[in-house]
Amino acid sequence: MDATAPDCALRPDAKGQLTLYLSGDWTEGQSTPTSCRLPDMLAEIEPPGPVALDLSGIGEWDSELPAFCLRWINLCSSRGIDCERRRHGSSLDDLLDLATVTPPRQERPRNAGWLSVAAMKRNLHEIGEQVQKSLAFVGDAAVACATCMMPDSSMRWSDLKLYCAQAGPGALPIITLTSILVGMILAYLGAVQLQEFGAEIYVADLVGIGMLREMGALMTAVVMAGRTGAAYAAQIGTMQSNDEIDALTTLGLSPMEFLVAPRLLALALMMPLLTVYANVLGMLGGAIVAGGMGISPLAYLSELVTVLSPGHFIVGLSKSLLFAVLIAIAGCRAGMSASRSSAGVGDATTEAVVTAVVYLIVADAGMNILFQQVGL
Amino acid sequence: MIQEPVIEVHGLCMAYDSTVVQRDLDFAVFPGDIFVIMGGSGCGKSTLLRHLLGLKTPAAGDVLYHGRSLMSASAAQRRVMRRSWGITYQSGGLFSAMSLAENVALPLRQYTRYDADAIDDIVAYKLALVGLDGFQEYMPEEISGGMRKRAALARAIALDPEILFFDEPSAGLDPVSSRRLDDLILQIKESTGATVVMVTHELPSIFAIATNSVYLDAETRTMIDYGDPRWLRTHSEQPVVRQFLNREADVRRSSDVVGESDCE
Repeated sequence: MDATAPDCALRPDAKGQLTLYLSGDWTEGQSTPTSCRLPDMLAEIEPPGPVALDLSGIGEWDSELPAFCLRWINLCSSRGIDCERRRHGSSLDDLLDLATVTPPRQERPRNAGWLSVAAMKRNLHEIGEQVQKSLAFVGDAAVACATCMMPDSSMRWSDLKLYCAQAGPGALPIITLTSILVGMILAYLGAVQLQEFGAEIYVADLVGIGMLREMGALMTAVVMAGRTGAAYAAQIGTMQSNDEIDALTTLGLSPMEFLVAPRLLALALMMPLLTVYANVLGMLGGAIVAGGMGISPLAYLSELVTVLSPGHFIVGLSKSLLFAVLIAIAGCRAGMSASRSSAGVGDATTEAVVTAVVYLIVADAGMNILFQQVGL
Repeated sequence: MIQEPVIEVHGLCMAYDSTVVQRDLDFAVFPGDIFVIMGGSGCGKSTLLRHLLGLKTPAAGDVLYHGRSLMSASAAQRRVMRRSWGITYQSGGLFSAMSLAENVALPLRQYTRYDADAIDDIVAYKLALVGLDGFQEYMPEEISGGMRKRAALARAIALDPEILFFDEPSAGLDPVSSRRLDDLILQIKESTGATVVMVTHELPSIFAIATNSVYLDAETRTMIDYGDPRWLRTHSEQPVVRQFLNREADVRRSSDVVGESDCE
């Protein structure tokens, strides 16, 4: 059986009542007739008066037809036009009844574009609030860590041990890989330039100082932000959606002391150690590349010894301590402020890594300026 | 003799940012009540419970426990109040990183001076009360949903609380497990004399155990009725409440209301 094309027309019926006649087969594959531009048809109703909807000419139909009718009915009611629906005598009537039982909710006014002054003010206000909350969190975390040192604190030392094991020894394989490679990269980077002056031996200086002052702490921090900071956010975020944080609070246990403090302390204890480890392996990586350029390990080592000073070491370690605190704060804060849903946990994890990396770069720049000023 | 209420709610208004969830809530819970907070989905039942527990700060109004304000209580005073509460959360709220025994032992360690052996004994006894003795070393993810709810109940009654709070205790359970949990709650309530405050929309539970109730309406965003649900079922002046309690649906699905206003 051939399908008849769908059609619609707005014309008065026998009694002079203005009526929208729909006819033909309204099925998938039959394109809606071009004459059916509803807003144009609505504009034709002048002056606005009652209008009827007649579906008696309809053959085959699927969801497109009731959808079309519903749009017409809603458009009419939004212009204050009374739309009388004539019964079709099929399930179409029931479907339309069901769809029109609840009037559509009035749309909330959409937010004005982000370029408007109001939107900018709102965004600035939000940023201000976020900064304020982050600072408050840092303060709370500091108080919680201090309280944990008291004998009657609610922190469990077994938790601290567990987190130390996760953040320390558990991270060794990946830190081994990244720091050897970073040491080699530094060595290659310098070697190409230094060879031109016949000063290959200074590769040792470059790698040594580079690892100790900068790359050891920074690369460890980046790896730990992705590995441990994200894990903290996910753990605490999941606890949030599982009502565990509420349960802690109502049991009189401070989530800051119970959850945040042991994680922060564990990371602050482990990161400097990992950084020392990364420094050693980075210099080893440099030695491999230097060996390939004909510098004997002994010469490399003696050059390293002459150039390395406690100052460089202190710079790297103090950076790594600060980085550890920043990563833990970013991770735990993201977890604690996660919304109570599984999507919230995902968002928290992303936020933890992104904020941690931004914190790291900003803090690193700040520390470099500071050390430059004090002459370290 | 007129009994003093355990919990009094005065003019409570709850809001998220500028969106009011419920306003002008006034009711009291008396000793020995099984008080049910009912209402359609999304009307703010769980939010009200979080306010009663002091987990959220109301936009206006106060909650009194034995005549003492929760909102103006200091941290130390709140600690004392919370000592006499037992709470099970909607998803159980068991600490997933701890075994069942550690979960039940935590409030005991936190609030009492029992030694480790006594705590072990109490943990075994509380788990036995909910039929889970022998599951001490299991982790929450290793047991079924119904068992988790009962384990959460064991933790809630660890300190022999004066008030027990339940957030949809039978949500997600089959009818038999759900009935068993109701019976368990009833037995524990009878034997400990605790007052129970429960958020639920499970009609069988409501009729089986509730002695008093408040109905929160999503559309008007306030409580529209208050009383024994068995009486409200036939006598409520509010058609919405009668429909709710008789499980009749109005074709006009008017409960999907989201709007903005303030607490003034």
